[in-house]
Amino acid sequence: MDKFRMMFQFLQSNQESFMNGICGIMALASAQLYSAFEFSCPCIPEYNYAYGIGLLVIPPIWFFLLGFVLNNNVSMLAEEWKRPTGKRVKDPTILRYMFVSITQRSLIAPMVWISVTLMDGKSFLCAFSVNLDIRQFGNSTLIEGMTEVEIVKLLAKIPCKNIFDQPEVISREAASRYIKCISQAFGWVFLLMMTFAAFMIRAIRPCFTQAAFLKTKYWSHYVEIERKLFDETCKEHAKTFAKVCIQQYFESIRGDMSSFHKHRSSKDDSDHDDDDDKKSDEDKLLGIRDQDDMNKVLWNWHTCKPPLALRKEQPDGESHEGLIPNGDVHGVSGGPNGYANGHAPDLPKREWAVYYSKV
Amino acid sequence: MDRLKLVLQYFQSNSESISNGICIVLALISVKLYTSFDFNCPCIPQYNKLYALGVMFVPPLIFFFLGILVNRHTGVMMEEWLRPIGKRSKNPAIVKYMFSAMMQRALLAPMVWILVTLLDGKIFICAFSMSVDPNLVHYNILTWTQTQTLVLMAKVPCKEDMIFRNSTFRKAVSRYVRCYSQAIGWSILLFFILLGALGRLIKPCFDDHATNLQTRYWSNYLDIEQKLFDETCVLHCRDFARKCVVQFFEGMREDTVLRLPLSPEVRYRGEEDMVDQEEERLHGITKQEQMDQLLQTWFQCKPELDKSCSSEYLNMLGFRLASFA
Repeated sequence: MDKFRMMFQFLQSNQESFMNGICGIMALASAQLYSAFEFSCPCIPEYNYAYGIGLLVIPPIWFFLLGFVLNNNVSMLAEEWKRPTGKRVKDPTILRYMFVSITQRSLIAPMVWISVTLMDGKSFLCAFSVNLDIRQFGNSTLIEGMTEVEIVKLLAKIPCKNIFDQPEVISREAASRYIKCISQAFGWVFLLMMTFAAFMIRAIRPCFTQAAFLKTKYWSHYVEIERKLFDETCKEHAKTFAKVCIQQYFESIRGDMSSFHKHRSSKDDSDHDDDDDKKSDEDKLLGIRDQDDMNKVLWNWHTCKPPLALRKEQPDGESHEGLIPNGDVHGVSGGPNGYANGHAPDLPKREWAVYYSKV
Repeated sequence: MDRLKLVLQYFQSNSESISNGICIVLALISVKLYTSFDFNCPCIPQYNKLYALGVMFVPPLIFFFLGILVNRHTGVMMEEWLRPIGKRSKNPAIVKYMFSAMMQRALLAPMVWILVTLLDGKIFICAFSMSVDPNLVHYNILTWTQTQTLVLMAKVPCKEDMIFRNSTFRKAVSRYVRCYSQAIGWSILLFFILLGALGRLIKPCFDDHATNLQTRYWSNYLDIEQKLFDETCVLHCRDFARKCVVQFFEGMREDTVLRLPLSPEVRYRGEEDMVDQEEERLHGITKQEQMDQLLQTWFQCKPELDKSCSSEYLNMLGFRLASFA
């Protein structure tokens, strides 16, 4: 249990490590699923090929799609692709980079399945036993006495130990060993090709377009972080909006006299705290106090994203919410990450800081 | 549990340790893969050698490529090799040092695979059982033809075949070939250990120790510099995004009065240092074009290693020297 907790904590420490963790878990699941799956070749000439090749090809496709489903960045990619241009120009290289990195991660589990299937050899044996040259493994005198159909039926039974009934005509072990060894050869060659392709992409890429790659990497991470921060800001705003709405409702129910009394007494005792609270709520609302206003904000966020150019800050009062450096929420609190920083001051910072450190 | 944590902490303590740790993990994976691989000799004269030598040499190639892939220093080395000179001169010794370190680490897992296959012997038996003269194991097959002998010998690795009712012959041939295989395996191991030991002992006679220290220091420096640059980019990205989102919300406000929710003096007094810190973290980069230019320049024209701010560097170097000695 301890081990799991430690591993879990380590994997959740940053986003990329988390995605790699999911990737690794899917690869293990793929290998485990193969060993748990009970392979049963039909041993009938018409269905052998379909079963064998189907088992080789369809689960990888399923794992590939599952990889896309489990990846959080897919919806982000779709959003970035489909948004109207607005004030921010769309960069196709960023979309390509995001798509490529999602695809790379999703390809690992299918690769594991295909390698394990080929190394094991059962599905190859099932699919291609019918295509064997029987003269190489059989007793030629007995073979000449058989018709084509009978030969094919016999060959199709090779993968099934229990129903193979003519060991004197053809040696089942020799034939299955032969096909298995071809299957394993294919498996190793497949692994070699994939590793070589990954090597070329990763090690040789710096020869071309290194500067452009740095740019693309930065802006695609920016898109992801911006989306997260926008969601956080909206959540904080919703919280404060609800809080102020409910307070105002209660105050209006109580009536004027009670509220006047409360105001006078609180003015003596906790005037300062109350005022501070009210001010921080006002800050958190960021001036959006209306359903229509909020709808407009959300609508415009998608249809017309702001340009990547910050305005210069005026020293006399431009809002500075959300610029809490280290999670120290003394003094002036507020800002979209106010609550988050209050709860876990160090965690968000470290999360982003080790984002890039790929081992 | 504690021991595991200690070991993990040690390996994560610096970049070289991490690379060594990964190297060892790959070697262990290589052994595990060999034990779980179902070796299936075809026992057919034409294919035995091909299959066996394939299984002996293709996985090492795969592990070699994997070893280079998962090593962080590959990227650092390639970037240092390919960058334009800019303001920082290039030192080929550093690239050579990083390349040799990377190669040494990448070659460990392939060597482990080859040694394990040789010491186990299955693959050798599969490849070379046909080359054994049956008379050597005192078995008389005078009446058999050449082809028949070959076919028989090719079947030696496969136990299940009916032909080996009398299995002493098969066992004798297997033992003979396995002992060759193990002899070769141990010799190779001994050879590499001797080579390593000699290299360690003799190298200081030929090498300039001081240059060596410098090369190690600067290659470590490059690695750390790249890591820190990436981390700075990430932090900058976060602040940029946060400010962008907040300014977007502000831009949507209809009511200009609400732009100044608090009295200016209060806000200014309370948040001035926060503003300064924020501005400092953004380093003045507030536009997309500026950031693109910064990233382009980082690659095209790395800043010079300023020797005038040397007091801290010299101290650091002195510390490293002390720890090497």
